[in-house]
Amino acid sequence: MTSLSQLFFDAASLGGIYALAALGIALIFGVMNLVNFAHGEYITFCVFALIVPSTDAAAHLFLGKAPAIVLVPVMLMIGGGLAVLSEALIFRRLRNATPVTMMIASFALGFVLQYALLAAYGGRPKAVSLWPGLNTPVELLGASVPLLQLLVIGVTVAILVILFLLLRHTRLGLEMRAAAENFTMARMLGVKANRVITGAFAISGALAAAVALILVTQTGVADVRMGGPVMLVAFIATVIGGMGSLPGAVAAGFLLGAASVMLQAFLPLDARPFRDAFLYSLVIGCLLLRPQGLFASASAKPRV
Amino acid sequence: MHHHTLMRLRSYSTPVLLSLALLALTVLAVGLGDKALGRAMAELLIRVTLVVGLWIFVGNSGVISFGHAGYMCIGAYMSAWLTLKPTMKALLLPGLPDWLAQAQWPVFPAAIAGGLLAAVVGLISGAAILRLSGIAASIATFAFLAIVNTVYSNWEDVTGATSSVVGLPRYVDAWVALAWAVAAIAVASLYANSGSGLALRATREDEVAAQSSGVNMYRHRLLSLVISTFFTGVAGALLGHYIGVLNPDSFYLGLTFIALAMLVVGGIGSLTGAVVGVVVLSAAIEALVRMEQGIEVGQTHLSIPNGAQEIVIGVAMIVILILRPSGLTKGREWALSGRLFQKRGQAKRA
Repeated sequence: MTSLSQLFFDAASLGGIYALAALGIALIFGVMNLVNFAHGEYITFCVFALIVPSTDAAAHLFLGKAPAIVLVPVMLMIGGGLAVLSEALIFRRLRNATPVTMMIASFALGFVLQYALLAAYGGRPKAVSLWPGLNTPVELLGASVPLLQLLVIGVTVAILVILFLLLRHTRLGLEMRAAAENFTMARMLGVKANRVITGAFAISGALAAAVALILVTQTGVADVRMGGPVMLVAFIATVIGGMGSLPGAVAAGFLLGAASVMLQAFLPLDARPFRDAFLYSLVIGCLLLRPQGLFASASAKPRV
Repeated sequence: MHHHTLMRLRSYSTPVLLSLALLALTVLAVGLGDKALGRAMAELLIRVTLVVGLWIFVGNSGVISFGHAGYMCIGAYMSAWLTLKPTMKALLLPGLPDWLAQAQWPVFPAAIAGGLLAAVVGLISGAAILRLSGIAASIATFAFLAIVNTVYSNWEDVTGATSSVVGLPRYVDAWVALAWAVAAIAVASLYANSGSGLALRATREDEVAAQSSGVNMYRHRLLSLVISTFFTGVAGALLGHYIGVLNPDSFYLGLTFIALAMLVVGGIGSLTGAVVGVVVLSAAIEALVRMEQGIEVGQTHLSIPNGAQEIVIGVAMIVILILRPSGLTKGREWALSGRLFQKRGQAKRA
């Protein structure tokens, strides 16, 4: 049943989710050294934007009723808008603070968002059926793969290509790469800080929305705690990938997805509940071997 | 008197002043308030033990640790294993090794044992994690927290997994908690003013400069982590015996957040900041909880909606961070002198 191709599709689709989330975190870290703990709550917020606020057990679709062609752009805008708003209200005022202070502020923002959702929607997980057709399995390379998994892999690759083109071939992309390399120098050479940072937050928020859509279709559940675990893994992926390195974040996201699926498949049955403990031990081991990250950029080396 | 001796005496006045302030608060809360206020005071003092323990490492080294809720979890379960009735353990936790299953220790050595186990785990995990620097070390502590949570949430016949361990003797009141809080403050101050503490603070200000002056950063970080995790483990034991029920999820992200929040709001650069942060945020939380329950004004019952407490605390924290990025105390210590605040150890600005 768990044939090799099945494992591959599982790993690629889970890794894709982690990669997209890690990219959202790495983009913001690159331009302003902020480890954004609120990213998980951006994801959760987007999931709940799909349904009508109420504390009932059953979910009533709100935005979710719109056809995909309308829904997807609107969701991306909601995610981007939320991230840009949080930057304008909070992080802009903390630019001169230490990274620790900014990190705690983002932690606090996540806390506020989570409890705001809890107050509006109640704590119980709700069943949401968004695009149920996508969970029908198709036969491919001897594996039975839900259509959604293929779509996730496709969408991840598409988003990565778009982002790559954006970063390589637009002025904003050029400025972002320059800012990620050396923010002070970039500003001296005429890169506008506000423009780059707002841009990074907008893209990061849109990525969170994409992750939200994928998650909710895959699990069929809306839960106020669903963003946290994804954010945690993504956050670890950005570090393993080398902080500030965008390709590194993506690669590490896929790597963690693969490691997670492999452990699930090959660990002895008794040890399976402890899968995450093994995964995080691998992470610590990985950091010990390469503290600067697997794919560290040249500028990431500490300079004296 | 020699200038250095004077300075040293002045810095030793800090723990005395902080302890006296906490004693005064406890006397007020227990003597004048109702039973609920006494309980709230005990919880506040447990948090002082935790946050001061956290400060011993984070405040002196400048490395943020997300793992301390994990050490707290370890201490709490250790104390529970040692103090629960053997018949209870045979029923709830059949997988315990024999000597633990039969053990029925008095509560005080059990709390010490909880702290020691946390410190041993701190030594082992720190020996690996502290080879990393800065943000990588912080992430590794996060991974450590996740490992502890996964293990304690799934090891069914030893920790009871997610079904809570119940029946812990509830011996912790405000006075017990005060004694531990004062002990933590005294040790924190002794460490911070010791040679190792000063060397560690030098690495916090400038890693490279301190190391090139011959400071062995790794050794001092490890020492401070071991002392820090001891008090964190004790705080865990105290919390378990205060509530009477243990669940691995009460030692996870929520607690990590609130402990770090208290440290940062008070001012990460000073011991005074750690204590002030706990007192200010605990008072705010207690006030909001009471408002959620509602107050009677004449004929009408006024209350704020559930969940408002967390939202208000979160927003207040963000506002404090924006207005005073280095915390309420700005990294200064409360010490005896002509002026109340002495400028020292100001938090490093990036």
